Amino acid sequence: MRYNERELLCLARQPAEKAAEILMRVPKKGSVLKKRLVKLVVNFLFYFRTDEAEPIGALLLEHCRITKEEENVFSISFIEEPERKYCFECASEEQCQEWVEALKRASYEFMRRTLIFYRNEIQKMTGKDPLEQFGISEEARFQLGTHKQ
Amino acid sequence: MKLNERSVAHYATCDSPADHTGFLRKRVERHHHHAHHHHATSYQRRWFVLKGNLLFYFEERESREPMGLVVLEGCTVELCEAAEEFAFAIRFDDAGARAYVLVADGQSAMEAWVKALSRASFDYMRLVVRELEKQLEEACKSLAACRKSPRRSSSSSGRKRHLSNPALLPLQEKPTVLENGYSTWGCGGGTPGGATCPDHDGSHAKPPPLPPRRRSAASNATGCPAPGIPPAVPESLVPLETACFSKLHSWYGQEVAVLRQEWQERQKRGHP
Repeated sequence: MRYNERELLCLARQPAEKAAEILMRVPKKGSVLKKRLVKLVVNFLFYFRTDEAEPIGALLLEHCRITKEEENVFSISFIEEPERKYCFECASEEQCQEWVEALKRASYEFMRRTLIFYRNEIQKMTGKDPLEQFGISEEARFQLGTHKQ
Repeated sequence: MKLNERSVAHYATCDSPADHTGFLRKRVERHHHHAHHHHATSYQRRWFVLKGNLLFYFEERESREPMGLVVLEGCTVELCEAAEEFAFAIRFDDAGARAYVLVADGQSAMEAWVKALSRASFDYMRLVVRELEKQLEEACKSLAACRKSPRRSSSSSGRKRHLSNPALLPLQEKPTVLENGYSTWGCGGGTPGGATCPDHDGSHAKPPPLPPRRRSAASNATGCPAPGIPPAVPESLVPLETACFSKLHSWYGQEVAVLRQEWQERQKRGHP
């Protein structure tokens, strides 16, 4: 599958939601925990060798499951392959919880659901559709009931 | 750079609804080895699927795997002066980046694509969400400000329950509009009987109460009785600023779970 790598690399250089040096292990046979710079930008998680400017890799965070594992550890897996886990060992339990929370909210799908929720609440409270001012009230992506998990 | 391609391809082809789909002709980008622009521009018809901030394209509509992906962050979408009619381009800020030139079947298709693509970015979505968050907070504050208005009785027996769970929405009710332009169901400061309800996550005091949009268990005199509703659920005291969406989601979700159970039991007993 081709993709615009150049733009992804550019995205990796943008200011991050969250960034930290975390021990990471990829779901490959024989792989071990390695220190990586992990950076969350929009719905992508980039990971870098700590002294390099270009990321080694990127994970698209849609249809993924973020699981709190043992102490200080969380994992990311994808719904079609739940056994393949990317593991992250944080410096502290607090840091671990923060990342779990941030990653759970990082997907575009999550934001969409949040938007629909707020839209609905505002509509109920004020009788007005807040998306009208944006001129996007008719778009399929923002309709109630269109997007089910 | 590695990408979790298998998962990305799965996301492209799974049945989660797409934001926009259709055939577009995509300009073939070739490397020009000659000094002169001696090339025939050619286009290839592909099936495009927009999901969130990702634009996938497939060789055929029935293809099981995407041929390619365009990540739509930091791009602009513009009509372009190609020789082709109904052409538009996706361009990136990055100097020297190539543009994706796409051709739609007609004027309305082109307009629909340009609209959908220009609002596809995560950043745009985030902007809208933040704006709505502010508006919701303000709506809550205004309602809290009219504490003194008499509580409206919520007994219209035909009313269905309001559940803010996005996955489960009954009929939309239009709230009644008061003359100040804001609507209310009657913002009481607490549950009937004046008991104060515990702050859910034990954080700061005096949160703005959400309007009571559902009948509490106590006032279930008319209409559909709901014996299973957890009576401890306070009607209007979920502190909005501490209740992020996921908390509200699970809070309302309790009620959904109970209702669903009731419904299933009723089905078993042969009720319509």
